[in-house]
Amino acid sequence: MTPAVSIRTHMKALIQRDLRVAMRQRSDLLNPIIFLLVVVTLFPLGVGPEMNMLARIAPGVIWVSALLSALLGLERLFRDDFRDGALEQMLLMPLAVEWAVLAKIAVHWLLTAVPLLVLAPLLALLLNLPGEAWGALWLSLLLGTPVLSSIGAVGVALTVSLNKGGALLSLLLLPLLIPLLIFATAAVETAANGLSPAGPLALMGAITVLAVVLSPYAVHAALRVSVN
Amino acid sequence: MLLEANGVVSVRGERTLFNGLNLAVEPGQLWQVQGPNGAGKSSFLRILAGLLPAQAGQVHFRGQSIADVSSQYHSELLFIGHKAGIKPELTAIENLEFYAAIQGHPLTAPPYELLEQLGLVGLEDIPAQRLSAGQQRRIALARLWLNSASLWILDEPFTSLDVSGIDLLHQRFQQHLASGGAVILTSHQALNDLPVQVHTLALEYQFE
Repeated sequence: MTPAVSIRTHMKALIQRDLRVAMRQRSDLLNPIIFLLVVVTLFPLGVGPEMNMLARIAPGVIWVSALLSALLGLERLFRDDFRDGALEQMLLMPLAVEWAVLAKIAVHWLLTAVPLLVLAPLLALLLNLPGEAWGALWLSLLLGTPVLSSIGAVGVALTVSLNKGGALLSLLLLPLLIPLLIFATAAVETAANGLSPAGPLALMGAITVLAVVLSPYAVHAALRVSVN
Repeated sequence: MLLEANGVVSVRGERTLFNGLNLAVEPGQLWQVQGPNGAGKSSFLRILAGLLPAQAGQVHFRGQSIADVSSQYHSELLFIGHKAGIKPELTAIENLEFYAAIQGHPLTAPPYELLEQLGLVGLEDIPAQRLSAGQQRRIALARLWLNSASLWILDEPFTSLDVSGIDLLHQRFQQHLASGGAVILTSHQALNDLPVQVHTLALEYQFE
């Protein structure tokens, strides 16, 4: 008889393995972050160093580049697992696959969002974002990045078995992420104008909860189709 | 009855791979699924494992539909497919640590004895991608020693293995069958050397 293995053990083993794999592919990990930094540093050079103008476009620039950089490394979420068969083994784990998916999403968030959150003050500084808005920017990134990881996971799960899924993935995901972009920039802008960003942030929080709770089910369904 | 398949039908694209396939596996039995390339051997194994839905027919594990008892079924099933699920960036030990943990037999110390048996000693610090195909296959098959699943479903387990590797696998099959387990595998090689009775299921290539 096989001993019962708890959900926690499974998730811990998965997270540990995926972090190890990621540490062996550091360049893959760094690329999106470097892309983000380059885009944000190029903007002042491109539009001119006028402080007010930079402050006004800062929320949009930071969020758009965060969104695009998130799309850059997204495929890695399931692509390698699909190629080497680890994905099949994940679907055969004796636990609800949704938990395993949640572990994958958590690893992706840790590897992409945490560096972004660390760099956020630097990005705000580079674009002369007013001090009052820094907190709102950070909170919007904290609330928004789990949405990027979990909705992104659905897109990757749908396209992982296609040879050239990359372009399709962006087309599929960008419309779904636009509400997030609107609320996030709205939150940062209201804060920059000295108003309370609580409204848009609360809406973002709702989107985050919904995306994180529901996406594992969608990912599971999509993966079952993709491994066929 | 450990595993029972009744009237399994699989259609891939426009082609019917097989129509009404039956299989009944008792504990202690070894089944070899035979057939030419493209006959649907892998698809059949994937249907048995619950990875692929069948167009018609049922698969029962200990009398219950595998869809209804998937958690229990998967905790007693070891499936090693064509793509073995070995992470190329990780070493043999790291790969095995992962599978040992999720199979409920976490490693307390590196499994040097097993690695020695499998001829992987001295390679334990090398990422799997830098090993040969046969060595990678040995890492995947090491999972057979690190679990207590009652049913093994193996897709071409002998691919890229050398004679000593095949020998080791035969011995392990014997142990498993003797302890009441069952094995379902595909192989293009005849299993004449195996000192147990081999049940065969032959698939034919369907042209429609």
